[in-house]
Amino acid sequence: MKEVAFGQYYPAKSFVHNMDARVKILAVIAYIVAVFLVQSFQFMGFAACLLFVLIATAASGVPFGKVLKSIKGILFFIILSAILQVFFNATGNVLVEWGFIKITDKGLLNAAFIVARITLMVIGASLLTLTTSPVELADGIESLLTPLKWLKFPVHEFALIMSIALRFIPTLLDETDRIIKAQKARGADFESGNVFKKAKALIPVLIPLLISSFRRADELADAMDARCYSGSKNRTKYKKMHLTWRDLIGVLVMAGLITGVVYLNITGFLAVVV
Amino acid sequence: MPLLQAENLTFSYDKKHNVIKNVSLSVEKGEYIAVIGRNGSGKSTLAKLFNGLVKPDSGKLTVDGFDGNDKNSLFEIRKRVGVVFQNPDNQLVASIVEDDVAFGPENLGVPREEIGKRIDFALKAVGMEKFRHSSPTRLSGGQKQRIAIAGVLALMPEILVLDESTAMLDPQGRKEVLDVVEKLNKEKNVTVITITHYMDEVLNADKVFVLSDGEVVLTGTPEEIFKEKDRLKSLGLELPLAAVVADRLKEKGVALPDGILTNEGLAEALCALKAKI
Repeated sequence: MKEVAFGQYYPAKSFVHNMDARVKILAVIAYIVAVFLVQSFQFMGFAACLLFVLIATAASGVPFGKVLKSIKGILFFIILSAILQVFFNATGNVLVEWGFIKITDKGLLNAAFIVARITLMVIGASLLTLTTSPVELADGIESLLTPLKWLKFPVHEFALIMSIALRFIPTLLDETDRIIKAQKARGADFESGNVFKKAKALIPVLIPLLISSFRRADELADAMDARCYSGSKNRTKYKKMHLTWRDLIGVLVMAGLITGVVYLNITGFLAVVV
Repeated sequence: MPLLQAENLTFSYDKKHNVIKNVSLSVEKGEYIAVIGRNGSGKSTLAKLFNGLVKPDSGKLTVDGFDGNDKNSLFEIRKRVGVVFQNPDNQLVASIVEDDVAFGPENLGVPREEIGKRIDFALKAVGMEKFRHSSPTRLSGGQKQRIAIAGVLALMPEILVLDESTAMLDPQGRKEVLDVVEKLNKEKNVTVITITHYMDEVLNADKVFVLSDGEVVLTGTPEEIFKEKDRLKSLGLELPLAAVVADRLKEKGVALPDGILTNEGLAEALCALKAKI
């Protein structure tokens, strides 16, 4: 119950760990854009993205298996979209025909393309959460959103809410575990029955959890008040983020990837048009 | 002038039933104060009054010369009166120990370098400097509560209020926390107000206030308080275990002296008795 599968922070000291969280966030956004820019016929583009992810993983010191595990959570989604493509894409040359199901070469190609796209995207995103602690992540987002202060967007409060939410995930998971055990001890059955029955069985878990969360929130508010919290006014920050040579290298590599992908796109586009 | 002075404090949550009734007490710098009372006696409300989390309906609270009824001095009072609450999980704000300890000084606008020094100081004072970069979720209850104390110490308070801070801990965790608090009181001259229903936590106190139904019904040193056995019983409070054992032994005809409160005291008296035989 305690293990959250998707990209939980992997503490280590590495090139990627030591990069500025803001640079990493922007790099991941740029990377996802790059993955989406690659067209289905450009295997070179995917190869470039894959190479990038491999290098980044190697530089992060995170075991490769751990990075791959991040796909587990959305494996179902990947397979589903691949199946939909294979069986219901009716364009292209028909390879197999069986009743109303037609498998075409274009369908297969599209399926492979979608699997590659989602996998690359998820691996890249999880690399961010694997190498950046929740606090750094929240601080990074706060710093990146700072210009929004100008539009009266409560940036500090937003970041604080986010980091408190992250802080309470393990606490609430523990509590869920305890409540499930307590309800089981009272004879609750969470295993048998269909999906709806199982969902209904969770109500006696969710309601106590909700109530205790409110109590926790109340107590946390008191504790924060007691420690002189009064919003972002006159507040200092202990942790300061600063850019280093690592970030420069990261930005350069990222720029290289984007340029490459865009170049492939343009030449591909010209080849089709001309 | 006392460091903290309460004069006729009265407070109610619903404007009908007073949870705190006419409480007057004063605390001097460096004192170790215990407030005891059973559940529902208004103990926790008193802690919140002391640091301005709730405002008294009537009466006056003064901390280090700052008037609790003056809205502008609220911050000054909170800076001086640090409260550690019951549940360690619900008072830690950050997912890394040093970030949590930094939260208070950050709120006060303390400069960065100074915050670093305060983290060093606070974690050292509670003996948790090794865990500076750890995540609190992996720590034991006693360790978490020591981090919570460090978070309060980083505000450099004059008074440390412990609101049932050991109630959720196992005996080992309770001992850890109590040792830290006693050390702070003795070595750093931090004034301590511990609010509890554990009688044995009262023994170290310089002064004890017994709270019942929102009123201070008894005041005195631990020895003076524990003399009033029947009174305490009628208030729903139990004597420390050593005192109960000594009493029962006396009932059985064992010639023990009066006023035994601690395990050590009991052991000594029994040894003395054995030596006589």
